[in-house]
Amino acid sequence: MANSDLIHITNLHFARGEHAVLSGIDLRVAPGSVVAIMGASGGGKTTLLNLIAGTLRPLQGEILVHGRNLATLSSAELYDLRRRMGMLFQHSALFTDLTAFENVAFPLRRHFRLPEDLLRKIVLLKLEAVGLRGAADLFPAELSGGMSRRVALARAVVMDPLLILYDEPFTGLDPISVGIIASLIRRLNDALGASSIVVSHDVQETFSIADYGYILAGGKIIAEGTPEMLRADPSPLAQQFLRGEPEGPVPFHYPARGSFAASLGVPS
Amino acid sequence: MSESFIPRLGHTVWQTIPRLGAATLLLFSGLFAVTHRHFSFSQWLRQTYGLGVLSLLLMIVAALFTGMVLAFQGYYALVRFGATSALGTLVALSLLRELGPVLTALLFAGRAGSALTAEIGSMKATEQLSAMEMMAVNPIAWVLAPRLWGGIVAVPILCVIFDLIGIYGGYLVAVPVLGVNGGTFWAQMQSSISFQGDILNGLFKALCFGLVVTWIAVWQGFSARPTAEGVGEATTRSVVMASLAVLGLDFILTALLF
Repeated sequence: MANSDLIHITNLHFARGEHAVLSGIDLRVAPGSVVAIMGASGGGKTTLLNLIAGTLRPLQGEILVHGRNLATLSSAELYDLRRRMGMLFQHSALFTDLTAFENVAFPLRRHFRLPEDLLRKIVLLKLEAVGLRGAADLFPAELSGGMSRRVALARAVVMDPLLILYDEPFTGLDPISVGIIASLIRRLNDALGASSIVVSHDVQETFSIADYGYILAGGKIIAEGTPEMLRADPSPLAQQFLRGEPEGPVPFHYPARGSFAASLGVPS
Repeated sequence: MSESFIPRLGHTVWQTIPRLGAATLLLFSGLFAVTHRHFSFSQWLRQTYGLGVLSLLLMIVAALFTGMVLAFQGYYALVRFGATSALGTLVALSLLRELGPVLTALLFAGRAGSALTAEIGSMKATEQLSAMEMMAVNPIAWVLAPRLWGGIVAVPILCVIFDLIGIYGGYLVAVPVLGVNGGTFWAQMQSSISFQGDILNGLFKALCFGLVVTWIAVWQGFSARPTAEGVGEATTRSVVMASLAVLGLDFILTALLF
């Protein structure tokens, strides 16, 4: 293990009831890097993100964030750590009763007593960084999906976090917005000197900005490496996912009892 | 029948107890969150306005009709004994001790409680509560506590207004329509009503109802399944449970207080 890792996860297990969601996950995030966690829907990617954010507790294993074991932190310490994290949610999660400006200002207002003039400058700086200074007075209902995602991104980085978590940042966006968000993730990561974890199943866009990636399937990491290493990975499961093939180790059909003919009542 | 009933009953109890515990924990967390640094007085004021002031029109109309109906029904009963002079007392006692707190709480559950559940449930479904937690802002202090305290303060005030408007509604029917003497109407009421026994106890009921209705509403919102269907179900459950709780609690409080 490199002691300088911002995140170091060892032998992580998590289950919902009897169903094992994650088993034996080992993962590292180096400072300043953009790490992609990819995999098919339902593979446990978002669960892993929530475990890193400390909103879920692991069944077994250790999650070190900035050298601190999440399992041993009190609620107050966890909240304190979260002030150094930012998260972009899949559906933006903007507060619908606040304007774009107030959404971005929200964490600042809650944590600091800044003079209004300084607060305005910080918020406009972040909105300018995502190209939406002109939309500061609009409410979330007046923003397009891509714009909402950018406002949420400005809010996620307004406290200059050490770690930024992205949950499916490209889902439901048009190609232009996808390109904008991808470029912003990389640029903001480098400008802030932060580390980013991007959970996504959008292979091309994620590979274009990631330094390192992990592919999750069935709750396990089946491949890891740089985008080039992942593309060359011999695992059939990884190749099926990366090439988007309908048939392969992940079957097209959900398991069903009996044959199709039998379920239609047709003698076989 | 009985073989399957007992395990099902056990299963229901087994599932209900932890939920009840979680709901109680949420209530106390919300009540004590007033000391949390994320509790906002302006948020509380805004919630009290939304829950209380915006429910005023509904309360005034309902109270006016309740008072008028009470006067008609009371007159019908009293006139047979030649005791119509006691009509003011009958209207006031019915409202102060029973109908005021109960109807206020039931209307509050229908108008404000359902809106509270739907609002918090929608915030949960759209990940706004999770986003708050990720920004290290405590949703209990920022979202729940101002609403909980807003409800606790709003319901007794609404109840006072309900009582006053209801009594005036009764007067409007009793004196100008039914011909009861106005002086007798007020004088009988004044001499028969006890400040502590009737007025304060009625307000205490309203305070308890406000707490219970708001608690159920915020709990249902916080524990709603984060889907459109889940929020709908939680909203329905909130109104049904709050209404039943008000009626049940009313029986207990009446037995204890009066």
